[in-house]
Amino acid sequence: MPGHDAPTDGLLVVVDSPVHRLPAQTKVVAVVAVVAVVVLTPRGAWWVLAAQGALVALTATVARLPVRLVLRRLLVEAPFVVFAVLMPFVAEGPRVQVGPFSLSHAGLIGGGTVLVKATIGVLAAVVLAATTGPRELLAGLERLRLPAVLVAILSFMLRYVGVIADELHRVRVAREARGGGQGDRAGLAAVAGGVGTRFVRTYERGERVQQAMLARGYTGRMPALGRGGATTAQWALALVLPTAALMVLLVGLAMTVPR
Amino acid sequence: MHVPDGFLDVPTSIATGAIAVGAVGVALRRAEREIAETGPALPGLTAAFVFAAQMVNFPVGAGTSGHLLGGALAAVLVGPWTGMLVLTAVLLVQGLLFADGGLTALGTNVVNMAVVGVLVGYLVARLVLRWLPRRARSVVPAGAIGAFVSVPAAAMSFTVLYAIGGAVDIPLPRLAGAMLGWHLVIGVGEAAITAAVLSAVVATRPDLIYLARHLPAEARAGEPAVAPGPTVKVRTGARPLAIGSVVTLVVAGGLSLFASADPDGLEYVGEAMGFGTAARDSAAATSPLADYALSGVADPWLSGSAAGVIGVLVTVALGLAAAALVVRLRGRRVRPEPSGVG
Repeated sequence: MPGHDAPTDGLLVVVDSPVHRLPAQTKVVAVVAVVAVVVLTPRGAWWVLAAQGALVALTATVARLPVRLVLRRLLVEAPFVVFAVLMPFVAEGPRVQVGPFSLSHAGLIGGGTVLVKATIGVLAAVVLAATTGPRELLAGLERLRLPAVLVAILSFMLRYVGVIADELHRVRVAREARGGGQGDRAGLAAVAGGVGTRFVRTYERGERVQQAMLARGYTGRMPALGRGGATTAQWALALVLPTAALMVLLVGLAMTVPR
Repeated sequence: MHVPDGFLDVPTSIATGAIAVGAVGVALRRAEREIAETGPALPGLTAAFVFAAQMVNFPVGAGTSGHLLGGALAAVLVGPWTGMLVLTAVLLVQGLLFADGGLTALGTNVVNMAVVGVLVGYLVARLVLRWLPRRARSVVPAGAIGAFVSVPAAAMSFTVLYAIGGAVDIPLPRLAGAMLGWHLVIGVGEAAITAAVLSAVVATRPDLIYLARHLPAEARAGEPAVAPGPTVKVRTGARPLAIGSVVTLVVAGGLSLFASADPDGLEYVGEAMGFGTAARDSAAATSPLADYALSGVADPWLSGSAAGVIGVLVTVALGLAAAALVVRLRGRRVRPEPSGVG
């Protein structure tokens, strides 16, 4: 069957860039580190956060990611924006009058900070997903000593999620072609029936895959996914981003604390 | 319910990360024998199933649709420990590839959804099962109640974590009330979907359900084992549940209507987000991409954040009323119903 791994190719932006060439494990560590630094930044340190956001955005540029694509993927965050907007209304502390609303000062600062931090986090994850294929990502996680069973589960998951999503889609098309399931009486039952049947098929497929693996000499250990490890230079390059973000934070702290 | 970065402070995130690592370690050890027996393919495919099922929009009436969170369902289907690994895998992929849930919040999300959600769902389902007739079909109401409880339980777990290390001071009783109230409503939808999926599985392969393995498959005289199309039974139970949840939703402000009323609309958003258009494979023009993209969009729209928002609007009283309604309706559903399918 062609297209097994097509869905995950859909997340990867297939261009060549220094970011794309970095081994996945260095990118995972770098992204987690930079997000951790951003989260560490005290609330209301606007220009520190702005500089950190600019650093991550710069990385996206170095990775040659189309701006519109990145912006569209940031929409994942959209519902959370509403939550952050609500914070000034419900938080405690002294109130400020903004137009007709009485808002919590702490809530305004806190909500804004949370919003900015979450946006930078989403941006960093978008860059990771757009520059790292799922197979590389798995190899990277394996190199980072994620338990082998979990890596195996993840690899089967990523391999088959497209197949299963495709099947569920076909079930939906078939149902709708027969006039079923648009929120009417039988809707929930019909959709759930399709999903339930899909679980049975999924399970049976899993049994077949296991049989096939045993027939081919599977002994309980998956072959290692990874190619070579990362070189020191690659680690250094990947860690430029979190280091820069940390520097910005330290400079920001040094400039504000003494006063 | 996917917590983003910056929502909890760093010490709390590190602590939840440590708890998550520990819990997943225990799950790995407990599930080891099962996985050695079945191989990693089965939990892997179950994870893919949960991931894909989260993208399916279930109509819950009035043009509104919801989607599955899947913790309790996975626990009932494949057992609590494997279920925990399955949900962890799903959260890992969502966080790393779909930016859904922050990376520093990964531990928090695993604790809330993969640990608390799965374990509470499973334990409640098992407890309820004890009170029900000893037959495979009993896992349907048991699983539904487990699913119903698992959602507010995960929300409470989040509230506790927020109380410890939240980024903004929100009055705790208000946060707890809002989270509990709204997630009771979401729990109703989760229960309806879980029950519907479970009853479809019970009708075809009850032996696959972990929680029902020790129960005799239902042997009703003169009725052959039903192949596909087992869904009619679902309707009578799920329909009032759906109505109840929709009424509550509308009262709560109808905000969820904008979330995912139209599957095609969501599909469109998925395309618009670029997940659907990037692939060049000939086969990629078809659905998997489009559907795949949904998870990135659909998931947060209904699960976490919208929930939090509307939660502020929903009172605990409203949630409790919904709960009472559910309990009453479920009492009605436990009675055997005539099956009209062939």
